[in-house]
Parts: sequence; C-alpha cells; structure tokens
Amino acid sequence: MKRYLLALYVPADGEPPPPEALEEMRNELDALNADLKAAGAWVFAGALHPPDTATVVRPRDDGAFMTDGPFIEGKEFLGGFDIIAAPDLDAALGWARRLAEITTLPVEVRPLQDPAA
Amino acid sequence: MTEEIGQVFRAEYGRAVAVLTRVFGELDLAEEAVQDAFATALQRWPKDGVPPSPAGWIITTARNRAIDRLRREARHDRRLREPLPRSVLGGTAPAEADPAHDAEEGPVHDDRLRLIFTCCHPALAAPARVALTLRLLGGLTTAEVARAFLVPEPTMAQRLVRAKNKIRHAGIPYRVPAETELPDRLPTVLAVLYLIFNEGYAAASGDRLVRADLCAEAIRLARLLTELMPDEPEATGLLALMLFTDARRRARTTPDGDLVLLPDQDRTLWNTAQLAEGRTLLRACLRRNRPGPYQLQAAINAVHTDAPTTGATDWPQILHLYDALLAHSPTPVVALHRAVAVAEVHGPATALLLLDGLGLDGHHVYHSVRADLLRRLGRLPEAAASYDAALSLAPTTAERAFLHRTRAGLPL
Repeated sequence: MKRYLLALYVPADGEPPPPEALEEMRNELDALNADLKAAGAWVFAGALHPPDTATVVRPRDDGAFMTDGPFIEGKEFLGGFDIIAAPDLDAALGWARRLAEITTLPVEVRPLQDPAA
Repeated sequence: MTEEIGQVFRAEYGRAVAVLTRVFGELDLAEEAVQDAFATALQRWPKDGVPPSPAGWIITTARNRAIDRLRREARHDRRLREPLPRSVLGGTAPAEADPAHDAEEGPVHDDRLRLIFTCCHPALAAPARVALTLRLLGGLTTAEVARAFLVPEPTMAQRLVRAKNKIRHAGIPYRVPAETELPDRLPTVLAVLYLIFNEGYAAASGDRLVRADLCAEAIRLARLLTELMPDEPEATGLLALMLFTDARRRARTTPDGDLVLLPDQDRTLWNTAQLAEGRTLLRACLRRNRPGPYQLQAAINAVHTDAPTTGATDWPQILHLYDALLAHSPTPVVALHRAVAVAEVHGPATALLLLDGLGLDGHHVYHSVRADLLRRLGRLPEAAASYDAALSLAPTTAERAFLHRTRAGLPL
C-alpha cells in the first residue's frame, strides 16, 4: 500500500456555499470518510481553519521568530486534507475524484514517501 | 548481421521491456537490462549465429542481466530499496531457465498493452506520454526522440526521467484498465499515437528522415494496439486513418518539397496497397456499429481516395460524415473542415457564413480556407488579405511557399 495526500484547495475570494449546500456537503464527506474506513483506506482527515489563523515560525540564530498569517498568500489556500492508503495511483485518483465532486474544489494528489526511503 | 539485429531490436525492444517490467516491477531496470541484452547480441550473434528464437533469447538474456544487477546491488547494499517480487528471487532461479522454454511467450501481449497504458496514463503530461511511448515501446533513443520533436536532448532526457520518477513514486499502475475505465483511458492512448503520427506527417521542418520514421513508428504501434485490442473499433479506425493519410505521402510534396493539396495530387503516386488495407480495416470496424472520431475521419479519407479523379469526389457523402464527426467532436477545427465540404455541396457563400465566430483567428488553416472561399467568390482583395494572415501564421516552409504561390496567382 502506498499513502497519498489529497489536498483541497479553496479560492481565497470565493463565496462560501449557502448553509443547506454546506450541510449536504458535510453529509457526503461523512459518507466518503465512512467508505474510506470501510475500505481500509482511511489514514487521517482534517479540515483547516482559514489561513488568517496561521502562524509561521522560522529558525533564527537568536531563537525562533514568528509572524502572523500564512507562509504563502495566494489566490487559493489549503482548506483541508486527507491522508489515504491505496494500492496505486488509479485507486487514489478514484477517491480524489469523489472528494472533488463533493466539494466542487480542485484536489491535489501527492504520493507520500515511504518511511524506509 | 548488424542489420538483422537492428530488425530484431525494432520488433522486439518494446516487448522485452514490457516483459521485464512485469517481472521486476521497475522500468529503469527493465530498460537497462534489455539494452545490455542487445549489446550482448551484437557481440555474440555475428560469431554464434542468430538464435532460433531471437525474441526469447533477448528476454532470457535481459532477465539474467537484471538478476545479476540486482544481486550485485544487493551485495553492495543489503538494504534493498523495495522488496522484490517472489517470482524473481524465490523458487527456481530464472537465471537457470532454459532459453528454449520461454515462459513469457503467453502473456507478452498483455505486457505490451500494460506498458502502453502506463506510458499514456492521463496523470502524465501529454509530451511525457509521447516521449515515454516512443522510448519504451518504440525503442527510440532519447536523442532520436529529442530530434523528432525538435527539443534539445538534455530537455528530452529530463522529461523522460521526470516521467519515470512520477510513475514510480506516484504509483502509476502497470495494468490494462478495466472494461469500465476503457472509455476514459483508451482515447488518451489513441491521441498519443495520432500525435506521434501527425508530428511525422504534418511538419516539414526538422530532420525529414526521422519524421518519416515517426509515421512508420506510429503505424507500427497502432497495428500493435489493434492486434492487442481487436474489439475496439476506434483503435482500428485510427490505424485505417493513418494508412489512408500516409498512403498519399509521395503525392503530397513535389520533388522540390513544395506542398501539393489533395485536389492537385497525382493519384497514381498513392500507395494502393496501403489504401486497400485501410479500406479493409475501415469496413471491419464500421461493421461493429460503434462509430467514433477516428473511424469517421478514416471514412472521410476513404471517400476522398475512392474517387478516381478530384472531380468525381462524392462531396455529399463527405459532408454527411463531417456532420456525424461534428456531432461526436464539436470543435472549431472540425467545423472548419466541415465548411470546406459545405463549399463543395452548397457553394462558397454558404461556407463563408459558417466560418464567422469559429474563433480560429490564430490558426493558419482557418485563414487559408477563408482566402480560398473569398477567391472563389471573386472577392480578391479580401482573399489576398486572408492569404497574408495565413502566411504570417503558417508554421512550415512548405506551407508558406504554397500560400505565396497561390496568393501570387490571384488576378488582382
């Protein structure tokens, strides 16, 4: 089994969906997570608070230094992610497609390095 | 002898890489082992003669080389990067396998098909799919692929390395897609083969010889795909389309390299054997009654080549086929080609109306079609302006020379 990161990207200037749509999306995401678990593919999943809640810590000779806000200010930001286990990329892309259809957001699929490598 | 080994190389390289990739699960190892095996053949065959089954010899030798390599690596580095499949290291060592008893002969077809689908995976960028297919299945060197696509060799080498890394790290599978996935996946494979063909056919720039080779290679790969997937009419349709197009190659340019359009071509220069094969293939796939863009384009070519003279072309039939093609692939380029058929059936004025709003202003063929329609309507200054627009966009010398001649012929 390989592991993959499914990263959800949210447009920074986008309107959040209306409450009913959001409710339906949550239900579908719950169902997706249940299916991932049933398939033995679920490793971890999380939705993130918006980037303005972020803090960046950088190493400095005189100790760590921190700044308020995200590392990169972009037109899109990372809104949430899943870590899944899948036998190959096709299987991972299948889950990613479902996630993209539910959220109507682009999903980036990245393979994780094997711990041994 | 070198010639003979060259032929075996062309015919068997892809098969050997495909088999070795299945056995060892690694593209790089498979490629290196197969190259080693051919290098060994170059040393041994001139002395010992060509073995009874050259393909079996190459595969067995390559497999032994790969095992040697893995053992060497294992000695140097006990911690192998990935556990090897049982079939390689366990049980009877394939190193001692009898070359005559070639266990790979059964599933080889599937191996090459697997390799095609891996090389043409939609998660790879289109240029990478083309490069991988030519390199791994066609056995072209990186330098040859680079030359054919007018890309510096280091760029092409980097493209190939990056693509192979993605296959390995992202886990792009080595497998023929399931029946349900085929409608999504087969068009990508067909598009790659057609792209290779068109790169060889359409472009007059670059190394002519390599480019003609590219057409031959695309036809060879399409033939292979048709053998491996006999139930896919679009694969057969693509092969027929390539054969129809390639059959007219000799008539398409003058000895000086000037472009000759279809109506003006010397039909006796067409390759009749290739046309006949194209027709047989086309009839076979159309019988399945699952038409698609490649079958329809092949059918259009068949109607063109069926006519003994340009004047005898069955334009209503061609227009009918373009209607079907436009329904399948509603793209501006298809609409443009359909307009050419409309001009023959309903006149240039009707066709001209169809060109507006296609949004093809950056496309040289659009301007040359428009110029031709305006010329036929006697709107000569406008025709000249359209030829000028086409001239500024035409990518090849042969096309520009043709446009120059036609524009100069306008009775302005």
